[in-house]
This record gives sequence, structure tokens and C-alpha cells, in this order.
Amino acid sequence: MTTRHINAAPPALRSQQARQLLLTLVGWAVALTIFFPILWMVLTGFKTETAAIADPSFIFSPTLESYQAVNARSGYARFALNSVAVAFGSTFLALLIAIPCAYAMAFLPTRRTKGTLLWMLSTKMLPPVGVLVPIYLIFRDVGLLDTRTGLILIYTLMNLPIVVWMLYTFFKDMPRDILEAGRMDGASTFQEVFYLLLPLTMPGIASTGLLSVILSWNEAFWSLNLTTSKAAPLTAYIASFSSPEGLFWAKLSAASTMAIAPILVLGWMTQKQMVRGLTFGAVK
Amino acid sequence: MRRARHLPVTVLAAAIALASHAQAQTEITVATVNNNDMVIMQSLTDAFEKAHPDITLDWVVLEENVLRQRMTTDIATGGGQFDVMTIGAYEAPIWAEREWLEPLDDLPDEYAVDDLLTSVRDGLSLEGTPYALPFYAESSMMYYRKDLFEEAGIEMSEQPTWNEVRDWAEQLHGAQEGVAGICLRGKPGWGENMAFVTTLVNTYGGRWFDEQWNPELTSEPWMEAIEFYVDLLGNYGPPGASSNGFNENLALFARGNCAMWVDATSAAGTLYDGSESSVADSLGFAPAPVAKTPKGSHWLWTWALAIPASSEHKDAAKQFITWATSQEYIELVGETQGWTNVPPGTRESTYANEQYTQAAPFADFVLSAIQNADPTDSTLEPNPYTGVQIVNIPEFQAIGTQVGQSIAAALTGDTTVEQALTSAQRATERTMQRAGYND
Amino acid sequence: MTRTRASGRTVGGLRTLSLQAPAVTLLLLWMVVPLGMTIWFSFQYYNLLMPGMSGFAGAENYEYLLTDPALWKAMGNTLLLVGWVLAITVGGGILLAVLFQQEFAGRGIARVLAISPFFVMPTVSALVWKNMMMHPSNGVLAWLANTLGLPAMDWFSTLPLTSIVIIVAWQWLPFALLILLTAMQSLDEDQVEAARMDGAGPIAIFFFITLPHLKRAISVVIMIEMIFLLTIFAEIFVTTSGGPGLATTNLAYLIYMRALLDFDVGIASAGGVMAIILANIVAIFLVRMVARNLEE
Repeated sequence: MTTRHINAAPPALRSQQARQLLLTLVGWAVALTIFFPILWMVLTGFKTETAAIADPSFIFSPTLESYQAVNARSGYARFALNSVAVAFGSTFLALLIAIPCAYAMAFLPTRRTKGTLLWMLSTKMLPPVGVLVPIYLIFRDVGLLDTRTGLILIYTLMNLPIVVWMLYTFFKDMPRDILEAGRMDGASTFQEVFYLLLPLTMPGIASTGLLSVILSWNEAFWSLNLTTSKAAPLTAYIASFSSPEGLFWAKLSAASTMAIAPILVLGWMTQKQMVRGLTFGAVK
Repeated sequence: MRRARHLPVTVLAAAIALASHAQAQTEITVATVNNNDMVIMQSLTDAFEKAHPDITLDWVVLEENVLRQRMTTDIATGGGQFDVMTIGAYEAPIWAEREWLEPLDDLPDEYAVDDLLTSVRDGLSLEGTPYALPFYAESSMMYYRKDLFEEAGIEMSEQPTWNEVRDWAEQLHGAQEGVAGICLRGKPGWGENMAFVTTLVNTYGGRWFDEQWNPELTSEPWMEAIEFYVDLLGNYGPPGASSNGFNENLALFARGNCAMWVDATSAAGTLYDGSESSVADSLGFAPAPVAKTPKGSHWLWTWALAIPASSEHKDAAKQFITWATSQEYIELVGETQGWTNVPPGTRESTYANEQYTQAAPFADFVLSAIQNADPTDSTLEPNPYTGVQIVNIPEFQAIGTQVGQSIAAALTGDTTVEQALTSAQRATERTMQRAGYND
Repeated sequence: MTRTRASGRTVGGLRTLSLQAPAVTLLLLWMVVPLGMTIWFSFQYYNLLMPGMSGFAGAENYEYLLTDPALWKAMGNTLLLVGWVLAITVGGGILLAVLFQQEFAGRGIARVLAISPFFVMPTVSALVWKNMMMHPSNGVLAWLANTLGLPAMDWFSTLPLTSIVIIVAWQWLPFALLILLTAMQSLDEDQVEAARMDGAGPIAIFFFITLPHLKRAISVVIMIEMIFLLTIFAEIFVTTSGGPGLATTNLAYLIYMRALLDFDVGIASAGGVMAIILANIVAIFLVRMVARNLEE
């Protein structure tokens, strides 16, 4: 069917189609190669523990054994809910604080802007192991241990420099004349940001948000050390399946598959935003 | 979109409702390791709560290293986040000395303290007072594949020596495709390769420290033992031996990739289980090999339950730990989960139980290995520390891991054994000086 | 109303200040409180496991770390790790971004697949790579080598640091892809079209239009990755524990061994302070380069 279609097409179109086919093949080959270890992990989750350590094979009789074992043990939902609350809570808060800041840096730069920006990043370089004890003492005294609020706060602080930085770069890429035009029309700063800047930089904000969610989702130092049970997110869930005495690869794979599934779906949704490109819409 | 936004709120409200319902009782937070025996304990929550209707259990199950770090931070800062902690034989005396743990000297009669194995109980006590109750204990022994031994016409000795093991490993290496003569731990770490290496050094007549706390890593027994280890594992070990820990070796042995393996007794359950191991039918076991002295040739490790001094629910916590380490609990596990899944190595009554000894043919080996392991007298020459494969000082985790790295480098051939031990000795001296043991 | 360029400067200064205030204040607190405490602790004898031990230690904690014979090796490993991973992810990220920018069937799904390694927790991906990919007897790579008639590679013994680089690069490649792909969205299509009309080939367009356009995004990738890569820990801990010898010990692992294993807060704090100083030194070099891109 396709072949006949290609044969029937004029030469220019045919080479166009051949290029398209090649591109599709290369694109998928690359994507699948990168994805392979994860695919393997997902498959391993459907194997028995013995099959998981056997010679690699795509052919095996799938079993839900590991999923059953994993679900019998700890409530996935509770951990997942904490992860969602903490990842989205901190991302929302970080964006809320970072957007005005990045706006000011990108469009109203002063002499100190660059310095401030780099200083912000340098706060990221504080190694968590070095400050664990001070933070633990503070959290103990203000009652933030094992609370979502505590984790949201830490993650907001942790991701803020990166969020500001990325937004700043995306904002700087915006054609300035559009904002100028809005300003000429008498738009207030708020209107300027809300009706012009945000829609125009949606791809950047989407990928910044996604990044912040992922970083919070996978953060495994603070989440393990500052929570006990009530606020424990999926990283703690994973840590309860990783490296016990005995065979654990199938169960860990099942648990990890469940832990990354929500964020994979989010990634797929976000990527549509991310690559939507510029819609000048109302301005044009 | 609207509905979606309300969903989390509803769920949250439901969660709060549930939580406030539970508040009527005492809730205790139990921190434990994710090993199989503890997972069974967690699954028996209902049985406990039914027997103690005024207590509910909240579990924190984590992998060993994460848990250790988490608990140490909390107990040392008085965070009070946990009511019950699962600690090892390494932490128990150190923490007890710092008065971080609740003494457990007034245990009820029905708990039968005297039923606990002496060597295990002593390891969890400080000056005669127990500070933690043993949940399960393990020693080390040798596993081997009977089929390969028969094929090659080798007879396993009652008490194998390391020289015999070396000859057998040479003979059996590559006997079948992908079969290594012997599997041993190679991954650096105080609880990984050094647990095994220390027992090997012990049986070669060495020790970590002399009585004045001077490290002895360049002494004759260490040299000999490490030379032997590097030669044995390097020549007849599996590929990638330097990154194999307990779990990796368990997987290799269960797949049939090792003719022999010397490691924890707790692997026996998995290896005997036909659904997890392909060598279940041909599995043989023997005592851990010896060289110059039987002293310290096999280790002793205990996982135990303790109550931190910072807990606010000590009574409820005590009710829980006496339940989870009781004879009654062991029987409950035996009846509901099968007798091979019983937490081993803690009580004499377990080994007097025929149901257990029949289900677990390795039981006697384990019992005598645990009884023979004396943490207070584990080396040929006297030493100032307690522990067979560990030295119960806070600095040992760092020292052990660092020395473990040097030995792994000798194993891969990056350095000679002499270089490795010299640098290990220097690093240990530095750490001990810093800690103020010697100048 | 009369926001002319001239007056815009002062108004801008004020507005900048008020808009930046929340972020700056928060980070200042975050910086001052824990960092202040860290610096304080770094001059104290403070070991969690030694409740009796206390007092002013002077520079002893720093001296202990600085005289460590493993320090230079660890620094070298840290730089090698950061350097290689950066090179692989930035180079690979640009190529991938160009590829996934093209229209093809199922592009959306393929893109998500390609960025998904970033979703996996570091401990899990290290375990997957160690036990399922690089394992010398039952790993996929060994199986692949055997099928092709090659001897299986014993990754973590023969090429320990390379193995870690591979794992870490696999995790961070998607990040570079994500940022660069997004940055490409603001590439002016008209400009590309004009260049094409003028007879520029795809390679010329890539070097003279796409790459310069991505400059700022690349510097973001480098800066952010660097911050994370300097403190890589989980991947090393799970796979090699810093060995064999010191082959895969980086600064983060060294500090972990010296400080966290025996809970010496004094040394951990000194290590933390040193890590900040080192990170800043590395940053200054990069910043020179990056800052120029920011100026534009």
C-alpha cells in the first residue's frame, strides 16, 4: 500500500517521503535505545525473581507476582499522594516567587543582576550532607519534621535558583518589542506579565515546571531524612524495596515502574506545551 | 478541570478523617530494615493490633544504609520521631553507652529471657543490662553445589580448611560453562567485603587492633590472609568480583554460577526455596572454612529491636518489642508463613522445635555457628574490642569502608597486596589519631 | 505614563528590587542560616556519636581533610566525572534536540521516551545499570557481546570511572535535551527560511544559526548540570562504593566516608564549606564563559 503510494508519487515528493521514513526510523531508534534500560526495568517488574536474574530474555511468561508482593506491603497511594503534593506544591511556589524575579532580571536589569543570579546559583552548591544536622535541629524545634509543609519549603528553596535561572534565559529570548508595544498601550506590569510574557514563554515555563517537578519527585536526600511516615513520598517507598538481603530486582522494578508512571504521563502532557512554539496570537 | 481540582481536597479530607479516628489509640512508629524477616513482621501487624487493641503500628521500612543514617540523626539529636528502632549488633552497645536507648532489665517472666541464645544476648547488652531484644541473628557458613562436588569426586570435609577450599576452587573453576570455583564478597564496605575479610584474617591469626588500639593491618597474618583472598577470588572467582556484595553473590549462586560460596547463614532460606533458586536440589552446606585458628572464622550479626530514650510511648513500644521477639511470635510466623520463614538464631526453643528443624535442615549448622561465635574472644591474640567481623567503635564504619576500598584495589590488580595494606594502615592510623585513641 | 528610557532606569531599579525581593530574601535566609551554622560547626569538635566531645577545634577539621592523601585523587575524579558527563550530554543533547525538532511520525511519544531516564531515581537507575545492563554474566551488554562473539566486559572492575560516567550521562542527557529542545522553539523560522533561500545547507544553518541561538541554553545546561554533577553520590555508592581503590571516589563520596559514616558533624561541615569553595572556583571559570552569553 505504502510502496505503491510512494511509487506513484512524483520524484521530489518520493525523496521527501524517503527522508521522512529515514527520520522516523532514526528518531525511534535513538529514542528506544535511550529508553531501553527503563523498558528492561518495566519488563523485569513482570518477571519472577528467578527470571529477573536469569540470562536476558524478552520471552518469558509475565506474572503479576512482584506487583502483588509490592502492593501487599505498603500503601502506594499514600506515598504517591505525598509525592504529588510535595512536587507540585513546591513547583507552584517556586514559580510564583521566581517569575517576578526573573522578569525583573530579564527586562529591568541593573548592574547587580548578573551577580545576584550567580549568587543564587551558588546557594545550590551547598552540599546537603553538610547541612543535614543544622536543618534537622531547626525542623525539630519548629515542628516541621515529617510534614509536607517542611518538604515543600525545602524543595522550593532547593529549586528556586534553577527555576529563576531558566526562566531568566527563556525571558531573555523573548522579542522585546512585543513587551514594549504592550507597555506603550498602557499595560501595567501585572498585565504585561500575565497577558504577554506568560503566554509567549509557555514552552519555557512548561519545561521549567516539569524540571522542577522531576527534581522534587526524585530528590532522595531530604525526603528520606526529614520524613518519617506521614509525609514520606515515593523516594521512601522505593527505599523500602531497594537492596534488602535477598533477591529483590523484580520487586524493585515493579515499585520503580509504579513510581515513574505518573511522571511519565505528566512528561507526555507537558511536552505538547513545551514544543508548542511561539503563538503570537493577539499581538500579531 | 474543575472536578480534578477538587479531587485532592476530598482525598485529603478523607485522609484527615482517617488519621483522627486512629488518634484515639496510642500510635507507635516502628523503624525497620526491608529484609524479608522484617517484612513478615510488618505483614503480621493485624495479629499484634488484635491482641493489643489500644496500640496501632505505623511502619517506616527502609533499606539498611538509609535507615541507619536516618535513625542515627534522629536519636543523636533527640528528634523523637521513632518509638521502636531496628538496630544491629554494631550500634546496640555504642548507643547504649550514650544513654540513647531505654534499658530493658524488667522484662516479664513469660518473655523467658534465658531462652535467648547467650552469645546473641550478650552482644546487645552493656554491663549485663540488655538494651535491645534480638529479632534475628545470623552467622556465616559455606554453601556448595553437591552435584559439582560429586562429579569431580570431591568429598566435603567435616570442617573444611581454606587450603582445601583453594584446591577445590581450582578444580571446579569452569567445571561447567559460567561456573566460578568460588564466590566471595568483593564490594568495598564495612558491612560488605570487610565482614568476610575480617573473618578470614581472624582465622589466619590476625586482629584489627592490638591492646593499645594500634592498627595491625600490615602484620604477617593480614598479609597472608589478603594474599590468599586476592589469589583465590582473583583466579577462581566470578567476573566482576570486586563489585559483588551479598546480594550479587546470592543471585550468582542461585543461578548456579558458583561452586562454593562463603557468606551469611540467612541466605539458606532463599537458596533452599525452589521458586527462587535453581540449585535448591543440589545445595550443600558446611561450616565456614578455617586456617590457623578456628577463632573468629565465622561472624555473628544480630538485628534487634530497641526503644530510643526519646520515645514518648515507651510502654506501648515495650509491649511491641517483647511481642515481636517472643517465642509466641516465632510460632505465629511458623504457622502462618511456613517454618523456613521463622526468624532464626535468637531462641533455643526455636531449635528444640521439631517442626522447624525438619523444615530447615540447615538449622543445626546455624545454631552451632552462632553459639560458637564469641564476639568477646574472636582473635588468636587478645584485642580491646568486641565483635567478630566488626569493631564496636563509632569510627569503624569509616575505617572499614576505607580499608575495604584498598583491598578491592588489590583484588582488581590495581595495586599489590602490600601497597593496599600499607595505605590502609596509614589511613586507619590517621582516623584513630583523630579520634584520640593514640597519638 | 512617561516611562521614557531615561527615567526607566531609576524606576526599573526600584521595580527590580521589589520584584526580586521575595526570591532574594528567601535564598538569603536559606544561605545565611544553614550556611552560618555549617561554618560555625566546621570550627567545632562535634560528633553526633560522641555527645561529650565539644569545644573550639580551630582549623583542625580543615587540616584533617586537607591532609587526606585521597583528596587529590578524589578531586581529579570529580573533575573527570563532571567534564566527561558535560561533554557527552551537551554534545549528545544538541544532536538529539536537532533530531527531535524534525517532524516525524510518533514524535511526541519518542520525545517522552528519550527524556524519561531523567524520571528514574538515581539509586534505581544505578541498580538497573549495574545488575541488568553491565553485569558481566547476566547483563544485557554481556549478552549482546556474547551474541556478537565478543568477550563480555567486566565494566566496574576494568573501567570503573567510565562505567559511572555512562550511567550519569544517561541520566542527564535527557535534561540537556529538554532544555535545548525548548530553546529551539524560539528560533526564528523566518531567519532559517531566509538562509535556506540564500542557499545555505542544513549543516551551515546548524553552525551559523541554530548553534549561536542555543548558546544561552547551553550555558544554562552546563551551569545547572555542573551543580548536580559535582555532588554525584548515589550512583557511586550503589555500584562501586568508590572503589576499586580510589578509582571512583569523588569529593562527595570522600566527604561521606570521612564524615558521615562516623557522623562527625565538624568534619562534615568543613567538607561542606570546602565543597562550596571548590564549586565556586570551578564556577568562576565557567561563569567567565557563560556570563558573556548572558550579557547580550
